Amino acid sequence: MELFINQILAGIATGAIYACMALAIVMIYQAIDHLNFAQGEMAMFSTFVSWQLMQWGVPYWGAFLITLVFSFFAGIAIERVLFKPLAKAPILTQVAGFIALYAIINSCAGLIWDFTIKQYPTPFGSSPFLGSQLISTHQAGMIGITLLMLLGLFFFFRYTRVGLAMRAAASLPESARLVGINTSWMIALGWGMAAAIGSVAGMMIAPVVFLEPNMMLGVLIYGFAAAVLGGLTSPFGAVVGGFLVGIFENLVGTYIPGVGNELKLPIALALIITVLVIKPAGLFGRHIVKRV
Amino acid sequence: MQLSYQLRVAALTAAAIAFTSGAAFAQKKYDTGASDTEIKIGNIIPYSGPASAYGVIGKTEEAYFKKINAEGGINGRKITFISYDDAYSPPKAVEQVRKLVESDEVLVVFNPLGTPSNTAIQKYLNGKKIPQLFVATGATKWNDPKAFPWTMGWQPSYQAESRIYAKYILKEKPDAKIGLIYQNDDFGKDYLKGLKDGLGAKAASMIVAEEAYETSEPSIDSHIVKLKASGADTFYSITTPKFAAQAIKKVAELDWHPLQIVVNVSASVGGVIKPAGYENAQGILSAAYAKDGADPQWDNDPGMKKFLDFLKQYYPDGNRVDSSTVYGYGAAQTLVKVLQMCGDDLTRANVMKQAASLKDFEPDTLLPGVKINTSATDFAPIEQLRMQRFKGEKWEPFGDIISGELKD
Amino acid sequence: MSAAEDLATHAPAVEAVPKRAMTLSAGTTIAILAVLVLVPAFTKNFVIFQLTMLLIYGLAVLALNILTGGSGQFSLGQSAFYAIGAYTSAILMEQYNVNYVLTLPVAGIICFGAGFLFGLPALRLSGVYLALATFALATAMPQLLKLGFFEPWTGGVQGLVVTKPDAPFGLPIGQDAWLYYFTLAVTVAIYIFSINLLRSRSGRAFMAIRDNEIAASAMGIDVSLYKTLAFGVSAGITGVAGGLGAIAVQFVAPDSYTIQLAISLFLGMVVGGVGWLPGSFVGAAFIIFVPNMAENISKGLSGAVFGVLLFLVIFLVPHGARQIAIVGQQLIGKLKKS
Repeated sequence: MELFINQILAGIATGAIYACMALAIVMIYQAIDHLNFAQGEMAMFSTFVSWQLMQWGVPYWGAFLITLVFSFFAGIAIERVLFKPLAKAPILTQVAGFIALYAIINSCAGLIWDFTIKQYPTPFGSSPFLGSQLISTHQAGMIGITLLMLLGLFFFFRYTRVGLAMRAAASLPESARLVGINTSWMIALGWGMAAAIGSVAGMMIAPVVFLEPNMMLGVLIYGFAAAVLGGLTSPFGAVVGGFLVGIFENLVGTYIPGVGNELKLPIALALIITVLVIKPAGLFGRHIVKRV
Repeated sequence: MQLSYQLRVAALTAAAIAFTSGAAFAQKKYDTGASDTEIKIGNIIPYSGPASAYGVIGKTEEAYFKKINAEGGINGRKITFISYDDAYSPPKAVEQVRKLVESDEVLVVFNPLGTPSNTAIQKYLNGKKIPQLFVATGATKWNDPKAFPWTMGWQPSYQAESRIYAKYILKEKPDAKIGLIYQNDDFGKDYLKGLKDGLGAKAASMIVAEEAYETSEPSIDSHIVKLKASGADTFYSITTPKFAAQAIKKVAELDWHPLQIVVNVSASVGGVIKPAGYENAQGILSAAYAKDGADPQWDNDPGMKKFLDFLKQYYPDGNRVDSSTVYGYGAAQTLVKVLQMCGDDLTRANVMKQAASLKDFEPDTLLPGVKINTSATDFAPIEQLRMQRFKGEKWEPFGDIISGELKD
Repeated sequence: MSAAEDLATHAPAVEAVPKRAMTLSAGTTIAILAVLVLVPAFTKNFVIFQLTMLLIYGLAVLALNILTGGSGQFSLGQSAFYAIGAYTSAILMEQYNVNYVLTLPVAGIICFGAGFLFGLPALRLSGVYLALATFALATAMPQLLKLGFFEPWTGGVQGLVVTKPDAPFGLPIGQDAWLYYFTLAVTVAIYIFSINLLRSRSGRAFMAIRDNEIAASAMGIDVSLYKTLAFGVSAGITGVAGGLGAIAVQFVAPDSYTIQLAISLFLGMVVGGVGWLPGSFVGAAFIIFVPNMAENISKGLSGAVFGVLLFLVIFLVPHGARQIAIVGQQLIGKLKKS
């Protein structure tokens, strides 16, 4: 029994990482209706920027805020320069664009900062949380920040005009334009926010996994899975999905004999797909009704 | 044509001397890729993709050959180093090696990296009788001169290193309960086999927990939790640098104090221990055959000084903390030695012959006492390691230099 | 949080390719074929090897084109079927001494089955969800291949070395050239088959499903059958490509068939023009040669250069090589008139 509880706690700890990333993914999905492969790399690059600032002597929270702002504007810039021209192109072409962006950012980060791992500080310390050795204060802090972001997003989308405009632009672009919403800039705004949220995710994740250019690849995969499980239309679902994926994975690795250890990721993904087959929009997603 | 004129002159001179002295005088002999002025060396390494961290090895070697050329080359010949990216993908590796051999016409393929890539190209290179020299992986299978006379390894094999740890555990802690984590690929499985072979009959009883992880996992923390829960008091970490650091950190966070052994690939002070935290790494064991570029204890060592000067002058972007730079330097130096030993006989057969005749060769970057030795039946240049314990902020070697060969 | 209703009159995720534009004209096809047949006489062996790989990847992209461009199902998992085909051929050849020619149909059939089986649960998924499912398949495959349980057949992480066949009947051509012609023959056969498939009733069913699945089912098309059929056919062709790949590279290992391969095939499809079968080979050329070009330009930044080149291509021709072919046809049309 103790092992079970330990694995659940450990799963929540890793799940916090996935939840953080999943939130960024859902954010971009809300804005542009598809998934951005390069999300993880953008988060990684932002984290490196903050690390560099700290190397130059900027204190943690200062670097954090500067990076947040930088990521926001960088996200908008990338959208305006690289993806606006592709707006009329087929979706698959845009996906190819995401892949290209991934390659560019990853390669540049490797050149600028090389591939050796770097320690990344945490503002929350690393001591056991509430006496439990399985969840450190940092991981508790990460969960806290994720929930804060979730709350922020909830209020943004529900109670602000801009949030409402963004939702409108994403779901019914033509109608939104008719009522005067500049859908093009809504997309740019969505990118900026997703980049900012991603940078927070990166800065929270780096202390656990160590900072290096390839740190986000695994996180992105799990983040996608978590976002899809929770429902791509629901930030709350994304966070829940993240924790569920972390726990699933651990339990699979512990309790499925023989192959469970070596097939953790595929089995976790298979479980998610099974859920999707039963609930196609994810656990908390709004079901889409298609009209012909 | 200059080349044939020189050859004729050389031949006449040789004939004259042979005639007068009665002794046979070595003539210049070349295979494709070598000439009076140049030696073409081919190489494949991942410069892109998930293993691109190792691209630094290729860049270091390129810089080293530039240095050699600036100092006059090898017996008057300049080295042309042609290195291609294989993105750690075997099909790409095959394509690039064929390009090196058939289009660029290199003399040898030097230090190709990665077990899958090397396995893919081994049959081709041996079939074409082209040296696959100083392969950059620790897989044990490169030491097989009977089956693959053109393939030679360089670094100590992973299994050999594991066997050294097994010997140590059997001697110092015979009732240890071993929990281990390994990367689920050829690297990890090779080390695992070495440990089990080294423990022999006691393997099954001593190993109480085995955890495998994939490089796609962001964090291996949950594996460490399981290992602690298994009751193990000895922790063998068969991990690459990022995951080794995670493991060291998590073990400390869990307040678990096993005897921790970390494999050589992840023993770098600057690349692994420092990010993980010096205070977390006290008492960890490992083994080494080369000096650590990040370790200040070697700052005044003459060999290391040469290496650091080289970095400053020829590869300023190179990071001494990155063990890939030390590695590339050592391997390149070994190749230069072999080529120098070839003299004017730059046929591929002679390159292999000289590579198999290294006697007590000590590159600048190997630990004092570790020497390179090869023979016609021994295609493993470096077989010795010395165990080390982490204390304070550096590794302290202890014990003798041990050979990891299976001949017990 | 997005709308509860989604008007299916929105542009479909995969755009329709008009049937007339689906292939090149007869003249162009014959010209290209002639070039392909004659090229080995003039180039070095390793270029022949590269061309063989071009045909093989072209086949894999073609399969993806049938699945995505034809039936509108998005797949990031083709590398899994490629791997199954490759390992089937390798195991049959090395462990059971089966002749290499016979391994290809076996690989094709096994992969057809695998694709069909995978298509069944995937029926309820579409768009990004299907992408995730196929992605899961692609990531699972290398790990499945490494499983200790299968090691006696697959060779585990070390993989299997495959023997390259000699030209039969003692023909005086080298191994590379023979394999190239053999691959060319298989490619042409599959290409003709695919064109006919897409022009047939099944092909029309695929395209109806792609354009508007609900309408198609309302019109009486057995959506489940055709969707799984599309998966099966696509997987089968990819499997044959995988088998050929195993013979050409002479080596199979789990790490040869990662998600990177699936992503490359996807890029090949986009660059060639989704749904345009001849474009598959243009796409394959892109994914083989452009990374080499990028490496020549800058070793340290080869990934970035590749990304930039990819961006250039999709900016200039968002619809892929098909766009260039259309422009070319128009030009020729104009020249003919004047």
